[in-house]
Amino acid sequence: MKGGLVSQVMINIENAVVSYREDVALRGVSLKVSSGEFVGIVGPNGAGKTTLLTIINGLGKLLSGRVVVLGEHFTSNNGHSLRKKVGYVAQVQNIDPRMPVSVREVVMMGRYGLLGPLRRPSQHDWEIVDEVIEMVDMTALARRPIGHLSGGEQQRVAIARCLAQEPQIFLLDEPTASLDWRAKTDVLELVKLIHDSRKLTTLVVTHDLSALPLACDRVVLMKEGYIWRQGPPEDVLTDERLSELYDMPLAAVRARRGEAVLV
Amino acid sequence: MDLSIFGYQFMQNAVLSVFLGGIACGVVGVFVVLMHMPFIGVTMSHAAFAGAMLGLLAGFDPLLGAFGACFIAAAIIGPLADRGELGPDTSVGIIFSLMLGLAFLFMGLMPGTKSGALEILWGSVLTNTRGDVMLLGVVAAVVVGLVIVFYKEFQATVFHRDMALAVGIPATAIFYGILFLTGATVTASLRPIGGLLVFSLILNPAAAAYQLTYSMKRMFLLSAGFGVLSGWIGLLMSYLLNIPSGATIVITSSAIFGIATAISPKKKVKHWQKQAPLEVRQ
Repeated sequence: MKGGLVSQVMINIENAVVSYREDVALRGVSLKVSSGEFVGIVGPNGAGKTTLLTIINGLGKLLSGRVVVLGEHFTSNNGHSLRKKVGYVAQVQNIDPRMPVSVREVVMMGRYGLLGPLRRPSQHDWEIVDEVIEMVDMTALARRPIGHLSGGEQQRVAIARCLAQEPQIFLLDEPTASLDWRAKTDVLELVKLIHDSRKLTTLVVTHDLSALPLACDRVVLMKEGYIWRQGPPEDVLTDERLSELYDMPLAAVRARRGEAVLV
Repeated sequence: MDLSIFGYQFMQNAVLSVFLGGIACGVVGVFVVLMHMPFIGVTMSHAAFAGAMLGLLAGFDPLLGAFGACFIAAAIIGPLADRGELGPDTSVGIIFSLMLGLAFLFMGLMPGTKSGALEILWGSVLTNTRGDVMLLGVVAAVVVGLVIVFYKEFQATVFHRDMALAVGIPATAIFYGILFLTGATVTASLRPIGGLLVFSLILNPAAAAYQLTYSMKRMFLLSAGFGVLSGWIGLLMSYLLNIPSGATIVITSSAIFGIATAISPKKKVKHWQKQAPLEVRQ
């Protein structure tokens, strides 16, 4: 079993089809992700990237195909219990600045599913919450109302909330969208640090190449609901491939990539 | 000031009714305010009114009709608001107008005087029976009890439904639970507060509490407190000035909201938001 753990399949998607009314979001996608892998999912808007994440945490509904996560199928009965093991950081959303919830409380919400009904957070739970808040460097703001934080700070809180959940799979949807360059870099470094230190299986979705952690084990390129190409970043993220993926002239891709780090 | 009237049974019933109704409406109001769904709430209160009218017309207990109509409205509004095929405001607006239309239809079909209907429309806390008080007591106990027992589930769902679902909380069931609790509270408050005015007692105390605190627990307590205070001050004003109690209760709750807004520490947020771009430019 020793060697088996390394290559244990954490996520196995077979021929998944998802449709929102007339629009088909995923057209027969198959993907296997092994334990400890760091996968970047790249593609233009509307390629089906977010939908792919939602079928992994069981919130997206399959029209056909199969999804096995941590060795289990999502059914109508096990959704909530399986989701507790899958941490999901959604895109940055506007939070009402008057919302009566503090940063610490938001992070604690990550543990609510684990605690189950009728159990209140214990001292131990609060210790874990304070620990992950420190890990994302938010201790100074821990008692502030969540709505008072900037976009980058809220993203760190969302990551801390996800960590408090002690997940085995870590899903991030556009973790750097609408962040400035500095916040973007900080959040990416944090994600990588967490992935390594907690030995998680991580999937990061982005349409922004400058947001793609350089240390991805694998990059999946999506287009129009298909997985178009996948492989190690140096093989997949070539100017030629990106030109085709984004339907842009090669020269334009080269120019954009040159300035990408400064975006 | 002669307050001997408070020694009478009917007045004691009234005092107790607005106490229990104030708590139930105040607690449910926190959900309505934080989940930005005042329109859903007002539709529920009109559904309750339509159900009560049907009860009066067909000769069964109006409160039974009100509860049934709330139940049906919640079961229709929930999925409509979720699926968003027409946009939640449009679909809820259609249910709202349908309920209002049904209420007036049932009223129009009623033979003779419509005093029973008007009583439910405007409320009449002074004619409350022990049974009305008991019903309010049960609803208030259920609402408060559920919030205490499932506080963390309610808190996460109110903060962000999708996030609550993602961490493994059955947030959809909790959302439906909130709709049904709103319906039950509206139904139990129909006679003392009135179908037209009950919604103000749900919205105003919670909106006032929202201005004053960054703690959700404190918001529940303040909102319930403001609900009770609105009821008691309103009742006293109604007695002293000899005007309808439903109106004085709602006007009092609006005044409390006005004061809370005037002294709100959250105004600093706006100030802070205006300052932010300047800091960036520096």
